[in-house]
Amino acid sequence: MAVDLATTVKSDGARRRARAVRLSMADRVAIGLMLGIPALVVGALVWFPTIASIVLSFTNWDGIGGVGTAKWVGTQNYREIATIYPPFWPAVEHNAIWLAFLTFVATPFGLLLAYLLDKNMRGSRVYQSIFFLPVVLSLAIIGFIWQLIYSPTQGLINNLTGNASSGHVIDWLGNPKLNLWAILVAVGWRHAGYIMVLYLAGLKSIDPSLREAAAIDGAGEWHAFRTVVFPALRPINIVIVVVTVIEALRAFDIVYIVNRGRNGLELLSVLVTDNIIGEASRIGYGSAIAVILIMISIVPIVVFVWNSFQEADA
Amino acid sequence: MTATAVSTAARARTKRARRRTGGRLLMYVFLTGTALLWLAPIGWALFTSFRPYSDTAQHGYVSIPHKLSLVNYRNAWTQGQIPLHFWNSLLITIPAIALILLFAASVAFVVSRFSFWFNVPLLIFFMAANLLPQQVIITPLYEMYLRVHLPTWVSSSGLLYDSFLGLILINVAFQTGFCAFVLSNYMKTIPKSLSEAARVDGASVTRQFFGIILPLCRPALAALATLEFTWIYNDFLWAVVLMSSGDKRPITSSLTNLQGVYFTDNNLISAAAILVALPTIIVYVLLQRQFISGLTLGANKG
Repeated sequence: MAVDLATTVKSDGARRRARAVRLSMADRVAIGLMLGIPALVVGALVWFPTIASIVLSFTNWDGIGGVGTAKWVGTQNYREIATIYPPFWPAVEHNAIWLAFLTFVATPFGLLLAYLLDKNMRGSRVYQSIFFLPVVLSLAIIGFIWQLIYSPTQGLINNLTGNASSGHVIDWLGNPKLNLWAILVAVGWRHAGYIMVLYLAGLKSIDPSLREAAAIDGAGEWHAFRTVVFPALRPINIVIVVVTVIEALRAFDIVYIVNRGRNGLELLSVLVTDNIIGEASRIGYGSAIAVILIMISIVPIVVFVWNSFQEADA
Repeated sequence: MTATAVSTAARARTKRARRRTGGRLLMYVFLTGTALLWLAPIGWALFTSFRPYSDTAQHGYVSIPHKLSLVNYRNAWTQGQIPLHFWNSLLITIPAIALILLFAASVAFVVSRFSFWFNVPLLIFFMAANLLPQQVIITPLYEMYLRVHLPTWVSSSGLLYDSFLGLILINVAFQTGFCAFVLSNYMKTIPKSLSEAARVDGASVTRQFFGIILPLCRPALAALATLEFTWIYNDFLWAVVLMSSGDKRPITSSLTNLQGVYFTDNNLISAAAILVALPTIIVYVLLQRQFISGLTLGANKG
């Protein structure tokens, strides 16, 4: 048995080869399985839970008993996390600071590194390898490594400044006013290398004649960068924005390692996890926060998808 | 550039060139300084890890070592049960990578070789799944895993929760999208005439896939395998939430055990951190090109 999938025979006589794709039964089964099995796995383990998160956020289900025992409570979970759930607003603030730091400090630094390394420097590859090295480490390991630097009496910084011996130790990770920034330095250490690699690829794909034209016009370094190079990086900029936002929302491992995400290190991701495996087990709260994460992340996801398929279709 | 330049222009050029070498020097100073700062955290961890606890306790952490040894590594290796957790990581990572690449390549193959109406929505379905923050799905996923029963020869817990299969599956579900996206862009660069010729010869879809397209994707597959190895090996959240038995946890998440027990022994912790980081560093050093091309393949639409 054969099926015509796309018989595009032009009637106007343009001798385009008819793209009649005849698929046998076996081929159709093969295609069905090739798409069906992956779709089933992703649908069941990613999209179904996503929808379940949204639904559960409007119920009071406690996770014990069957889902049938859940009662619809409307927006109660949302109202409660915004009013009587103390860690919520600090977590929002910390996530916002996290995103701002990555966007305005770590990402520009990564761009600066890429820009310099793109200038055919001698040893460029060695520098590149060094800056990229932290990216292959997990944020959990990075948490451990930086604890050795920040530790009050045994850490590198307090010992170098002499604070450790004088007794005026700075508790970098214990002080709730400082610890977020200390963690962000460690996170930026990893993020900048990642951004550098992405930008390096982008810079390499810029038409060299563009820059030559700017140089002939006598444009200074900064001017040429602002008016020629950066605009030409637009496609990669979109990827960078998406990566940065998603990374800021996903942040979890490092604060969990340092202090389980408390005392100045609350993050939305930690609150979700706390409501499953922590002591405060409120499925509704966790799901409501998850929905907030969906609402925020949907923006970069749509931008990214839109951007990549607009070109793909053309 | 013309060799016959007017003298003024030549002078202007040498002036610019001199300024440029000055700038160059500054750039080297900046880059070298940054590179040293960049290596410092890892270097410090290495330094600490080779010093016995007694040495640092006596002389302080910032001091000239009086004794260097591998004792911290030996202790981390045995007390942290590093070999067991390495093995667990392999049990999860290797099957997951194989499944991810198979699934992603299948999807990419269909999407890039046939023009079905649902190609774009399907690719979005896979790709967007990879972009969601994991916490969006973790609560229902945890409850689902607790409710899926498995025979005990598959999972000693009798559930999908706390099983290797469970961790493999969630990694596959989460990562397939990224790889499908990268591979579909890659496969689009393979001429259609290749598979058309095969089709004329009567090759089935599976023959075209395994016999023609897949071998041509070897560079992309290698790049993705390198990248996925690092990501899955480095996973922390899935294992912490979906696995309760300490002795089944993969290596990255098992580090928390060491932290609880040996709270103050930073030397031991640093040795353990280095040991755990070592496989990804080795893979990176050996396969740097694959690693970076995998990342940029995803970012620069093929």
